Amino acid sequence: MTTIHNTQVQSNNRGTFARRNLWSGILFGLGFVAFLDETLFHQLLHWHKFYDKSTVAVGLISDGLFHAFSWFATVGGLFLVADLRRRDALWHKMWWGGKLLGAGAFQLYDGIIQHKVMRIHQIRYNVDILPYDLVWNISAAVMIMAGIGLIASAKRDKREGKGAFSNA
Amino acid sequence: MHDAHFLLTDLLFGFSALLAIGLYIGAVLLTNGRGRLRKWPLHRSFSFVAGVLLAVMAVVGPFARLSHDDFTTHMAGHLLLGMLAPLLIALAAPMTLLLRTLNVRLARKLSRLLQSSFVGFFTHPIVASILNIGGLWLLYTTGLYSAMHTNIWLHIVIHIHVFLAGYLFTISLIYIDPVFHRFSFTYRTVVFIVALAGHGILSKFIYAYPPAGVPVEQARTGAMLMYYGGDAVDLLLIFILFKHWYQSVRPRKLVLGVGKTV
Repeated sequence: MTTIHNTQVQSNNRGTFARRNLWSGILFGLGFVAFLDETLFHQLLHWHKFYDKSTVAVGLISDGLFHAFSWFATVGGLFLVADLRRRDALWHKMWWGGKLLGAGAFQLYDGIIQHKVMRIHQIRYNVDILPYDLVWNISAAVMIMAGIGLIASAKRDKREGKGAFSNA
Repeated sequence: MHDAHFLLTDLLFGFSALLAIGLYIGAVLLTNGRGRLRKWPLHRSFSFVAGVLLAVMAVVGPFARLSHDDFTTHMAGHLLLGMLAPLLIALAAPMTLLLRTLNVRLARKLSRLLQSSFVGFFTHPIVASILNIGGLWLLYTTGLYSAMHTNIWLHIVIHIHVFLAGYLFTISLIYIDPVFHRFSFTYRTVVFIVALAGHGILSKFIYAYPPAGVPVEQARTGAMLMYYGGDAVDLLLIFILFKHWYQSVRPRKLVLGVGKTV
């Protein structure tokens, strides 16, 4: 009896906080990719450069803003998760959809606008860059599509009372 | 600057630091002795002493002499004096301590001062950010940095400014002490992101264009220290800011009661 009651309430909470689930995922995804970029490509592999001389001024500004924003996104996204959990409203499918979308969107922006247009730095130096750029941007596009697919599926679950809403 | 100058700054900053610690601990002991007040939390006293010691470390003794010749050390000093020390001191809630130490008449006067538009102006997030980050841009992108090394008064004023601007910046974004001119979490977050970006961009600018008189290698290690060290301290600030948000939106009712149907 209590179990049914709890899942019903949980479904209601998820429905009420659908947007918060989505945005928490998007923010965390964006921050997570920025964090991986910094740790993996700047610090561990040393592929990316802190600054390369071909950077245009607007590239420095864009890089600075996104770098600052990514810290807020990571911490803020996780506090939102904590908030959703304490409200018993964390909706995994919606959250992961948001996370993949945020991660893919930032990676695509980084790969196309920041690397190529603003030239803040390249993925790696002294190599044929094309395969690196392709892997980078195609994986970003795949994440975006998977994210949008999950979000659509989560919304369908809610509408049709399936998945996380099957007990509602 | 030569030895006599360093002696002057050692005395000036060292004495101020000792005075600050003495006054703080004195106020804690005095008010803890009053039965009607709660005991002042020990972690705040630790935070204050640590903050003052870190700030003074940057401007006194061997560290200060080394930062005079070495840009990387100078930058480590900047992180301590302008970022970490102000945060630790803000966490020590010095204004709250002062308010509880003063008698009612003086405390009311102080509280009126805190409500004044003058204080409101300097603790406005945008003003504090411009004083803090704008001041750094002025220092590192003009001749001010090299002038600071020859003029003792400039040296003193700039170091006091870095600390005070860092402190104003911190208290304009995270509310520990009583704040009369408050801004929403969203407002503070947006200002904070732009300010942090300004700090990061300046780091890369210094990497690309070292200030006059600074060797390229030192400028690069210093700039990277500024970038990543700044990130580390800012992460603490962001965490505190969002923790306050998390506490402020705490659900009032028991979660289970929220559901529509029972």
